Amino acid sequence: MLDIVIQQPIVAALVALVSLGLIFGALLGFAAEKFKVHGDPVIDQIDELLPQTQCGQCGFPGCRPYAESIADGDAINKCPPGGQATINAIASLLDVPAPDLDEEHGQESEVKTVAYIREDECIGCTKCIQACPVDAILGAAKLMHTVIVDECTGCDLCVEPCPVDCIDMLPVEQDISQWQWPAPQTPDGLIATDGMNNPNLAGQDNPEPNREDAA
Amino acid sequence: MRKTWLTPGGVHPPENKQQSLTQPIGELPIPDRLVVPLSQHIGAPSIACVKVGDCVLKGQKIADSAGSVSVAVHAPTSGTITAIEARPVAHSSGMTAPCIEISNDGLDQWIASEGIADFEHTSPSALLSVITEAGIAGMGGAGFPTAVKLNPGFQRPIDTLIINATECEPYITADDALIRERAEEIIEGVRILSHILGNPSNILIGIEDNKPEAIAALRPHIQDTGISLVSFPTKYPSGGEKQLIYILTGKELPSGQIPADIGTVCVNIGTIYAIKRAVVDAQPLISRVTTVTGKACAINRNYNVLIGTAVSHLLQHNNFDQQACSRVVMGGPMMGFSLTSEDVPIVKTSNCILAPIYQEIPEDEPAQPCIRCGMCAEVCPASLLPQQLFWYSQAKDHDRLQAHNLFDCIECGACSYVCPSNIPLVQYYRNSKGEIKTAQQEKVKSDHARERFEFHKQRIEQAEQEREAKRAARREAAKQAKSTTAGSGSAADIVAAAQARAAAKKLNPEQQQAKLERAVASAEMRTQKAQEKLDSATANNDTEEKLNVFSAALTAAQQKLDQAKARLAEHK
Repeated sequence: MLDIVIQQPIVAALVALVSLGLIFGALLGFAAEKFKVHGDPVIDQIDELLPQTQCGQCGFPGCRPYAESIADGDAINKCPPGGQATINAIASLLDVPAPDLDEEHGQESEVKTVAYIREDECIGCTKCIQACPVDAILGAAKLMHTVIVDECTGCDLCVEPCPVDCIDMLPVEQDISQWQWPAPQTPDGLIATDGMNNPNLAGQDNPEPNREDAA
Repeated sequence: MRKTWLTPGGVHPPENKQQSLTQPIGELPIPDRLVVPLSQHIGAPSIACVKVGDCVLKGQKIADSAGSVSVAVHAPTSGTITAIEARPVAHSSGMTAPCIEISNDGLDQWIASEGIADFEHTSPSALLSVITEAGIAGMGGAGFPTAVKLNPGFQRPIDTLIINATECEPYITADDALIRERAEEIIEGVRILSHILGNPSNILIGIEDNKPEAIAALRPHIQDTGISLVSFPTKYPSGGEKQLIYILTGKELPSGQIPADIGTVCVNIGTIYAIKRAVVDAQPLISRVTTVTGKACAINRNYNVLIGTAVSHLLQHNNFDQQACSRVVMGGPMMGFSLTSEDVPIVKTSNCILAPIYQEIPEDEPAQPCIRCGMCAEVCPASLLPQQLFWYSQAKDHDRLQAHNLFDCIECGACSYVCPSNIPLVQYYRNSKGEIKTAQQEKVKSDHARERFEFHKQRIEQAEQEREAKRAARREAAKQAKSTTAGSGSAADIVAAAQARAAAKKLNPEQQQAKLERAVASAEMRTQKAQEKLDSATANNDTEEKLNVFSAALTAAQQKLDQAKARLAEHK
């Protein structure tokens, strides 16, 4: 055995390399099958960040299709319900610059809304039930419908199909248990003496007396 | 002298406690109307169990506890329920919340009830339900239902009971005054708690050394009881639960855990007094000791105030000077909040009403930029990095805030107190805590919405598939029918098919015989009836015409009977 190796070094090296290649190739092939990732994980990550209102304002039929489209390179600023916070989160996930919200798809609203059906006027056509992406409307043909407020995402999709215009989007009522502390006013700029460059101080004639009072 | 441990950080603000301790605990005339909020504790708001117009007695339950983390609410005096509606309450938001209004009838008549004098022979679970029914929630400030705190579960045995008599915040003297006057009742309350917790080996009363009178009042009552009275140097904030546990036991409470996880229960002294009243005297929590202080009030003292008394009522009886007052604060100057209205009621957690003049607590000065002096980090009792939290809070960087343990902040205000730039740091932390909690709730909600949307999509697809399958089946059937008719179109076949169908419809012999027998029986019945009619007509001497009609009917019936019989015979 050793003799052959010594006599035919090139052949021996070739055999050794080829057999090594086969072993590692088999290992890699096995690993590729065993640890295969189904689907694109980045789609799930983007979908996690989207607000799941399923409103379709982005032009896609739901949040997941938009997530798929973003993964394929679509713009990340088409989601008005998520607003700037969602855009920033997706931008940091994908490591791309965060653009402003594309106003073409709608404006970011401060107030959360839920659908409310004026039940006296409802004729029981079931059109809103079919439109609701999260099955949050309860009712049957020719019977009055109503919205399950806790399930409603405020997507607006039920308003359009209603033939008698009996659906309103009402702001979510804030009660004392949901109240949260407002943010304090931010301090004026980073450098106190930097009055000229600071829009908050630039309008004042003389910010100095204030500081003397404080002292 | 027992060893005590020193907490990190802390500040020494002017105490200002002596001015409200010159007089004993006072009583106030009962106001005409008392407004009792339904949510004075942490957890689900209580559910009103009275109606407008009902007459209630003092101490009568007016709202039930809702669920396990909740307590009952009681009428502070006798009178009539005049409203159950949203009213402004003592809350930093200045918003309204559901309240029960009682018009005082002037009688102040107690409801009949009997206490448990022999609590040592009563089961802990019975005592816990008495505590919940008496509406007792932590009176130190947080308002956590006490019975829940005392019942941590079997897997966590309690070996240390800590009584919090620290009262570290400036101006507040409610607990101090209570101890001075009612030390004996408090010690009885401690014994009740000890019994409920299965007699823990350590019972410690933690008190700051700035209350020598209170220490002297307690000392004679704790001899030979196994209760240790531990006094330690005064520093703000020693009265926080985590801080006090560390001072007395040297155990640090890990982040995100509750004291029961390290075998400790920490209860405020006011709560202990309320427990004693509830168990032994059967008096629910309808009043508490509240300090009324500040230079805008001519009289500074402690009062035993009925829950539901308006703050304005308290102030009026202390010669309040509205013009001189900078703001009315509920709680102390460090952790309290300014009231937007003085008509809000005193609740179970209101330990102090502070009405300072402008020189005492001036208006907030405008915040200056952070100069990174690090004083806030030096005084933080939770060893956090307030300046870092401030930056991340401004940047709304929730991940980093949580990584820097924002939720371990006890909002004591020591950092804001020392900040040379007057930055309202605590307000930033409170805002960020709220934002993070909202974001977490929204995440849960959006996950739920995603699940529902996915189910909705799946359902639509399934319905579409089912419809498609039905359509395919119908198409198939139509095609088959067409091919059958096209294959054998002759008239003979159609006749044969019709005959086959008729044969299939024909009854078998047994069924046919049964049918014929039924026909014979009914024909017999009809013949009989016709006979009877004819007989009665003959007996009544009816007209000839009628008799003829009846006899004809009889004959017809008989003929039918004969036919039926013949058919039956034929079949056989």
